[in-house]
Amino acid sequence: MARAVTTRTKIGYTIAAWAVALVIFFPILYTIITSLKTEQEAISGFSLIPSFSTQSFSDVQSQNNYWRPFTNSVILAVGSTLLALVVAIPAAWAMAFSPTKRTKDILMWMLSTKMMPAVAVLVPIYLIFLRTGLMDTRIGLTILLMLINLPIVVWMLYTYFREIPGEILEAARMDGASLRDEIIHVLTPMAVPGIASTLLLNVILAWNEAFWTIQLTTTNAAPLSAFIASFSSPQGLFWAKLSAASVMAIAPILILGWFSQKQLVRGLTFGAVK
Amino acid sequence: MGGITLKQVRKSFGDIDVIPGVDLEIKDGEFVVFVGPSGCGKSTLLRVIAGLEDVTSGQITIDGQDMTDAAPAKRGLAMVFQSYALYPHMTVRKNIAFPLKMARMDPAEQDRRVNHAANILNLTDYLDRRPGQLSGGQRQRVAIGRAIVREPSAFLFDEPLSNLDAALRVNMRVEISELHKKLATTMIYVTHDQVEAMTMADKIVVLRAGKVEQVGGPLELYHKPANRFVAGFIGSPNMNFLEGEVAARMGAHAIGVRPEHFSMSTSQGLLSGVVGVAEHLGSDTFLHVDLDNGPHIIARAAGEMPVNHGDRIWLTPQEGRVYRFDAKGLAL
Repeated sequence: MARAVTTRTKIGYTIAAWAVALVIFFPILYTIITSLKTEQEAISGFSLIPSFSTQSFSDVQSQNNYWRPFTNSVILAVGSTLLALVVAIPAAWAMAFSPTKRTKDILMWMLSTKMMPAVAVLVPIYLIFLRTGLMDTRIGLTILLMLINLPIVVWMLYTYFREIPGEILEAARMDGASLRDEIIHVLTPMAVPGIASTLLLNVILAWNEAFWTIQLTTTNAAPLSAFIASFSSPQGLFWAKLSAASVMAIAPILILGWFSQKQLVRGLTFGAVK
Repeated sequence: MGGITLKQVRKSFGDIDVIPGVDLEIKDGEFVVFVGPSGCGKSTLLRVIAGLEDVTSGQITIDGQDMTDAAPAKRGLAMVFQSYALYPHMTVRKNIAFPLKMARMDPAEQDRRVNHAANILNLTDYLDRRPGQLSGGQRQRVAIGRAIVREPSAFLFDEPLSNLDAALRVNMRVEISELHKKLATTMIYVTHDQVEAMTMADKIVVLRAGKVEQVGGPLELYHKPANRFVAGFIGSPNMNFLEGEVAARMGAHAIGVRPEHFSMSTSQGLLSGVVGVAEHLGSDTFLHVDLDNGPHIIARAAGEMPVNHGDRIWLTPQEGRVYRFDAKGLAL
């Protein structure tokens, strides 16, 4: 027998869910509130009611042009994601539809690179960037971000591709499709939902990447994550400005995430849920 | 033009010989059915012919040309899959036209052929729908349509009806048979259902463990099975086998009698037993009988037969309807 859900339990669950959500969201909420305070208010202790001053936002914009790092963020996030897809689609195709005995090991090995602390390869990568002139360039960072997220992209696509019945690809082969036709006309369109969620998740990961972007950029290629960082050290205790910079940096990705919730949830479950 | 010849075709996966070596000659325009229990290698053999699996050794000729190592698309064959394998993101029209598009055919000719195929298969009203919006039978017809438009030299069917419900399966069976009459193209059809094999085939190939047990017309297999396996596989319900004294009296290791070849009586006969289950279908009566000191057998009486559970019954195999087998299972 199904459990009867009374109105009272429903209300209870709703309140509990909102409470948990509020706790999780609170740091972001408080950042937004602080960004709307004056500097004076910001340092004067805990308060949830700001004076709705937009002073900090205009200060941030005038001190350090927002649009330049914003453009960099867009280029790095979208560029590295598209590049990753170009590399990962054929790779995932091969692993999903033409596996060998070692495919599982290769997948694990790829994922294991994500377990390594980034700091461990900081020096070699720093030196490579320095010697090859890639330091503080968009192209260098795009390639690096692509490589960092590639294992996740391949894994996600692999799980999505595995859901596509092999018979459909065989049918395409019987119908005279070349390998290229097969991938372009059959596999990719069928995997669009999977590719879309992979793309979204990867854009967000690349957008939020802070370690490498801070280490390997100064001004030219610095994205929004580095932009926030630049406010934290020299400006030290200017909480309102720092908050305003943070809000400006996370707003685009927050809005994107809001509109693509459904796809993202699918992406985060790694294709386990149909 | 669609004669297919297999010469010593062997297929192994790793150490396992799925098909230890098959010789087969399929004439142009023939409807050939590969039948056998699951895991007998019938689908693998079909996939080898299609080119979806490489042969381990041996030779495949299609229309007299060696196609052993040719890519699937180059063999001029079309295949209908068990799961239909339609492209879910394309409309019915695009699904059917896909092989033509891949062949870079002139769009006007593509349209003409798609419309023609849709007409034959009663799909004209559904051309703008997607596979997801169609019933199982319609999807199956789309899969067949996709095969027809290429005008292949032979059609390959891999258990195409097993996902359909019983009533639809009978209809589609007839439709495919009619299609074969209309197109007069070679068809190779894989099934585990011997009824499909019997009703559709010009020639049946019975396979067991990758080996061809017997090749012949449906009635030839029914009347003259080469061995005990074929005898037991062809015919429904299965043939009854009796060993021991009864068989020895007829000079055989075992004898086989089909359920429909018993004369039944409630008073006398050669074999006596007790009725376990009596299935009264109106047109037929199936009796599951436990013979005294013997095996459980099934007998079929035409029409109605007034016996029930627990009744004693006598069965006598009809004259000339007894199959005799030696100790190795070969027909005597």
